[in-house]
Amino acid sequence: MNKPTIGLLLGAGLGVLDGCTAFFYPDTKGMMTGIIIGSTFKGLVAGLLIGFFARKVHNMAAGIAFGVLLSGLFALGVAMMQGNHYAAIIVPGSVVGLIVGFATQKYPHATA
Amino acid sequence: MLELSDRNVAALRRVLEQPDSNGRYHPVREIARGGMGVVWEADDRELGRRVALKILPFGAASADWLCREARVLAGLEHPGIVPVHDAGLLADGRAFYAMKLVQGNRLDQAVAGLTRNQRLRIFQRICEPVEFAHSRGIIHRDLKPENVMVGEFGEVLVMDWGVAKLSSGGPETGIIGTPQYMAPEQAAGANDTVDQRSDVYGLGGILQFLLADQPSSRPLQAICKKAMAQDPRERYATAAAMSADVGKFLEGEPVSAYRENPFEVAWRWMARHRTLVLLFLGYVVMRALVLYFLGR
Repeated sequence: MNKPTIGLLLGAGLGVLDGCTAFFYPDTKGMMTGIIIGSTFKGLVAGLLIGFFARKVHNMAAGIAFGVLLSGLFALGVAMMQGNHYAAIIVPGSVVGLIVGFATQKYPHATA
Repeated sequence: MLELSDRNVAALRRVLEQPDSNGRYHPVREIARGGMGVVWEADDRELGRRVALKILPFGAASADWLCREARVLAGLEHPGIVPVHDAGLLADGRAFYAMKLVQGNRLDQAVAGLTRNQRLRIFQRICEPVEFAHSRGIIHRDLKPENVMVGEFGEVLVMDWGVAKLSSGGPETGIIGTPQYMAPEQAAGANDTVDQRSDVYGLGGILQFLLADQPSSRPLQAICKKAMAQDPRERYATAAAMSADVGKFLEGEPVSAYRENPFEVAWRWMARHRTLVLLFLGYVVMRALVLYFLGR
């Protein structure tokens, strides 16, 4: 599995998880499908871009920083569209970027 | 008639067994003693270096074993096998051969304080010269911790090839090896059936020794069990195959000797990807905290 694929799958998976947490916010009732699809798509695109970055730049710190920044920006965009829950959207979104950034730098292991 | 005490007899024997110091090699101290010979640290006066001299003890029936060992070693050029520099007869008529003096400890003394993984890496390095010897048609037949040296630079050397079996054959009778590490076919004296799998049995014994005081692990136990199977056909076919299985264990991969249950597969995966698992758990905790503090 190559780095963009890892980023794509992990970003999408964590995106779904991220979206599902909206169930805990009563005011999002009725928008759940849109939130989950949007969150998954956001994770998917961010993961793919982080994966491509990891393919070009082989540096753990840079990969994680890029992941946090990119996912944070995506989350900021979503929060701005929604107009509230800024911290609840941006903080977890950035952590997802951190995980995807780490994973795409570390995996797949280099072969000799 | 003058009677000598045991102490005097022992002292006389020591003087008598000291190698002649008039030749090229000047003996410094006795390092080891076994049935096949006595090993001395000696000064090589010609080249100005320290060497190890293996000398046939007085009263030994034949110098054949020693000459044979020297020839076997000379034919095995490998970093894990001690190189022979010289061979011949001392001025007192005893056969000898000179080899590189290895500064270090025997495996059974060297592993104290080492972690399990460090021991397993040493084990893999024991397998390398054994596999090399097998590729040259030579079976060690006496693999045990006492016959492995760990040098001061971390080098691992397999010693004592005196009872090795050569593919070229030769008349051999009797039981050869050390009971604790001897394959059943060796113990039965069936020297014709002894092959590289007999050394795999000895390697299994060494691995068992290395893990004796370590936390138990089912895959490693299974590797030992497979290597020490009574039936040679059930053992690893080569030392390299056994080393590869140990390598898989070290890498956190499944070993061929052990079938894991799903729980063990999951546990091994999590241990192998510890950082990723911790990050994910961190994410879940962070999510819970965000929900608790910001979601109300």
